[in-house]
Amino acid sequence: MDWEPVIGLEIHVQLATKSKIFSGASTRYGAEANTQACDVDVGLPGVLPVLNEEAVRMAIKLGLAIDATIARRSVFARKNYFYPDLPKGYQISQYELPIVSRGYVEIQADGEEPKIIGVTRAHLEEDAGKSVHEGFASMSGIDLNRAGTPLLEIVSEPDMRSAKEAIAYMKTIHTLVRYLEISDANMQEGSFRCDANVSVRPKGATAFGTRAELKNLNSFRFVERAINYELQRQIDMLEAGERILQETRLYDANKNETRSMRGKEEANDYRYFPDPDLLPLELDERYIESVRAELPELPRQKKLRFMADYDLSAYDAGVLSSSRELADFYEATVRASGSDPKLCANWVMGDLLGALNKEGKSITESPVSPTMVGALMARIADNTISGKIAKEVFEAMWRSEGDADAIIAAKGLKQVTDTRAIERFIDEVLEENAEQLAQYRSGKEKLFGHFVGQILKKSRGKANPQQVNTLLRKKLKGPSS
Amino acid sequence: MSLQKKDVEKIAWLARLALSEQEVSDYARDLSDIFELVKQMNTVDTEGVLPLAHPLEITARLRRDEVVETNERDRFQSIAPLVKNGHYLVPKVIE
Amino acid sequence: MAAPQAGHDLHQKTLAELSAALHERVVSSEELTRVFLDRIERFNPILNCFTTITREHALAQAKAADRRLKSGQGGPLTGLPIAHKDIFCTLGVKTACGSRMLDSFIAPYNATLIEHMHDAGMVMLGKTNMDEFAMGSSNETSYYGPVKNPWDPERVPGGSSGGSACAIAAQIAPAATGTDTGGSIRQPASLCGITGLKPTYGRVSRYGMIAFASSLDQGGPMAHTAEDIAMLLKVMAGFDKRDSTSVDRPVPDYTARLNDDIQGLTIGLPKEYFGEGVDSEIQALIDAAIKVFETLGAKARTISLPNTHLSIPAYYVVAPAECSSNLARYDGVRYGYRCKDPRDLADLYCRSRGEGFGAEVKRRIMIGTYALSAGYYDAYYLKAQQIRRLISEDFKKAFEDVDLIVGPTSPTVAFKLGEKTDDPVTMYLSDIYTVSVNLAGLPGLSMPVGFVGGLPVGLQIIGNYFSEARLCNVAHRFQQETEWHRMRPEGFS
Repeated sequence: MDWEPVIGLEIHVQLATKSKIFSGASTRYGAEANTQACDVDVGLPGVLPVLNEEAVRMAIKLGLAIDATIARRSVFARKNYFYPDLPKGYQISQYELPIVSRGYVEIQADGEEPKIIGVTRAHLEEDAGKSVHEGFASMSGIDLNRAGTPLLEIVSEPDMRSAKEAIAYMKTIHTLVRYLEISDANMQEGSFRCDANVSVRPKGATAFGTRAELKNLNSFRFVERAINYELQRQIDMLEAGERILQETRLYDANKNETRSMRGKEEANDYRYFPDPDLLPLELDERYIESVRAELPELPRQKKLRFMADYDLSAYDAGVLSSSRELADFYEATVRASGSDPKLCANWVMGDLLGALNKEGKSITESPVSPTMVGALMARIADNTISGKIAKEVFEAMWRSEGDADAIIAAKGLKQVTDTRAIERFIDEVLEENAEQLAQYRSGKEKLFGHFVGQILKKSRGKANPQQVNTLLRKKLKGPSS
Repeated sequence: MSLQKKDVEKIAWLARLALSEQEVSDYARDLSDIFELVKQMNTVDTEGVLPLAHPLEITARLRRDEVVETNERDRFQSIAPLVKNGHYLVPKVIE
Repeated sequence: MAAPQAGHDLHQKTLAELSAALHERVVSSEELTRVFLDRIERFNPILNCFTTITREHALAQAKAADRRLKSGQGGPLTGLPIAHKDIFCTLGVKTACGSRMLDSFIAPYNATLIEHMHDAGMVMLGKTNMDEFAMGSSNETSYYGPVKNPWDPERVPGGSSGGSACAIAAQIAPAATGTDTGGSIRQPASLCGITGLKPTYGRVSRYGMIAFASSLDQGGPMAHTAEDIAMLLKVMAGFDKRDSTSVDRPVPDYTARLNDDIQGLTIGLPKEYFGEGVDSEIQALIDAAIKVFETLGAKARTISLPNTHLSIPAYYVVAPAECSSNLARYDGVRYGYRCKDPRDLADLYCRSRGEGFGAEVKRRIMIGTYALSAGYYDAYYLKAQQIRRLISEDFKKAFEDVDLIVGPTSPTVAFKLGEKTDDPVTMYLSDIYTVSVNLAGLPGLSMPVGFVGGLPVGLQIIGNYFSEARLCNVAHRFQQETEWHRMRPEGFS
């Protein structure tokens, strides 16, 4: 039987506010245990939460960016359960009335057509603390620094049909939240986390199969592996005539397998009810529009603009708009070059990204600035140097030997455009290749390229190839010398 | 409305309350009586009535995103039952 | 019953009288504080109304108040002693909330209300006994033992602010703070023969007030007279940026309008408050009090609050539901009681909570947990919130026609210790006249209007939202005409 995977993702994004969602404690990562847990975060008797406006604005930004409905009235609810990293015995979240609902994003998995993925909802909630298992003998240590960090939980529709699509969706959201500057989305530090709901059904069926919720997927690679493992596990079970249990499963990256968390999650009954310490959040049109006015150009808009304004292919525009920093670098390069945006695109995507990759650097750590790359592009465009020489100049810039003009001057790389000088190279080459010249004249015309190569070599790459072409052709057409 | 001992045990577990045998049967009786009283609510039709979660129908006030709290760990942990190296201690959490 | 002896002894005086004495330098705050500290020492062993006495703290505050008064910087409350219900967090002072769970809890911060009182220069005598986590109507659920009613030590003082009410009645504190979730200020005020006010929800900050049921809890003043209540409320009330549910609205000078004319005021008498279940002698005293209002020019008329009978069922779903969640933080990890040698995490939770909480608290946590649990939420919690709206609408309609609503605070006078402890339902039913005010978030005041069998009877005055000034005014005018608020129990002179 042919099976169709059905996948939905729940992505938890830590919002990049300075202070916590319900208290004035810092959200800075990596502080000493419990030094950023104030009375509200520790859940002392008598304390009360007060909502952080910036978290609200950030949630609205995400909502607007995915064309979702922003709730004019949303409500915070308590999710009740006991766990040591949950100091109050409940998590403040949103349940029946989330701030964002019914949006969508467009994804494009490698080598596939673009596809729309629905976003069911995105709601605000507080993060829990952390349990530390090492260093306390038979005990666990509780660190509440993370408790109260604002989270936006983004829940997708079960619209994905492969692990590849799931990754593409996740990357789209990852890019988006970074564009919006609402999260640093650092997966190592846990500010971008993902759970996946995975099921399979016979191809063509409309009803969903029983799903498993996969947890602990903290890298793109793990998400793909865990989903693929789980899909296969479910298919194997179904084909063996077994039933799938609706359960939570933990992904073990070391063993590359998922395993049941039954017993840990038994019979949860979260007893959600509206948090009486917080009043309903009401947002009016004016407020929402004030947030909309702060929105940056979004990845998709940018991609379309790059295609239209710079005449880039969809692929190139997609790569260059994949992060706000890269897109900004590219556009600054175009501006500095004052020339061909396509040439700039080729260089930024080719030589620059290649060099960065080799050294494991990000675009923001590039030793060459957009101004420098732009100036180099200008020298190609005005025929000062050839593309080939430009590579040499680029490498020198990378080694911090100066800007393009300085390197060209210092190394004498300026292209030869003087007609008489080029004619001298032509004459010398034809003289040295009398035999080939004779063959050419008798019809072996492909020797033309051979002569061009020899002439460029003689000029040590500095002769302008187009000029060489023109002058050589003229020479060969004229009376034999 | 009549709650059985097993109902009480289930609720007590959800609420993480250790109860003695005696307490379980006492609460089974008390809760049955109380929910008998509560049942009077069913004498009125509330179809279409908006639930009132809050006495004053006012809306949320928001605070500015500012860090105003400082490190109070030592003060807070001086009243904690068991701490080590700045952590609150609990019996091992198995994940 | 001792005859009123105005101006005789300091401990018998009202706050307003003591304030005058301090400002006229008839007495210093330190002397006054010592009078009350000595009386606490003398009478607390009999009454059990204080759980913590902050003698050193009080004397230090009194000395500071004296310096402030001397320099002319004192306000009306500067130097006046007060007792605080042990539900308010007090920095560096044990705050146990009547519970074994918090027997070891030294609060690391002050409640906003406590800050306001300290800033006004009031002197904290100590913390008063209360029903555990404010859950009770008799003060018998306290881990620290029951409080006795000064009018008859074999009877309860009411609850949950029973310690505060008792301390004022026995004149071992001239004023106290209380909290009211379902009647916890008004009912003990009634049973102890003092005046107490539950303000409009959101009028007084809840920050630092240990939560029982967040959408119902409200702190307020307790004292001998409405005038004292007005003085105290002015300092207690106000918006607090740390409490999202507090209301940002100017605080009027409640004392300025105490003597306003009440000519033409309409008083509503809900027929549901005067039916069966009210003792006929209590009924007679309420009727007599209404006559006093009428002689002052007010007009009384019968009204209806048709959903009154549903207030107890709705309250006993809403309050426990919120409490079951509010009390989840007591888990033996960060503060409070922790069981010995837990086997594992579940054991730590279950035993710390099972051993740390008393019977009534556990009962309410269980009611609330059940009412919120899967499959029951709609039938109980949601239904109760719908009824809550009906009750609130009843009041809204009533206040279209009347200015105030008046009736008994409690269906009975103080009952005997132990009389209702085995029957939670009967105990809950004694809150019949008070809980609907909390469900609607309205202000309510209770003041003494006479005695039945030597035990005080309280009258409740319910006002529209933020009408505290009017409540104080009406009660004050009544107290200008009567002497009930000057009655003091025997044995505490």
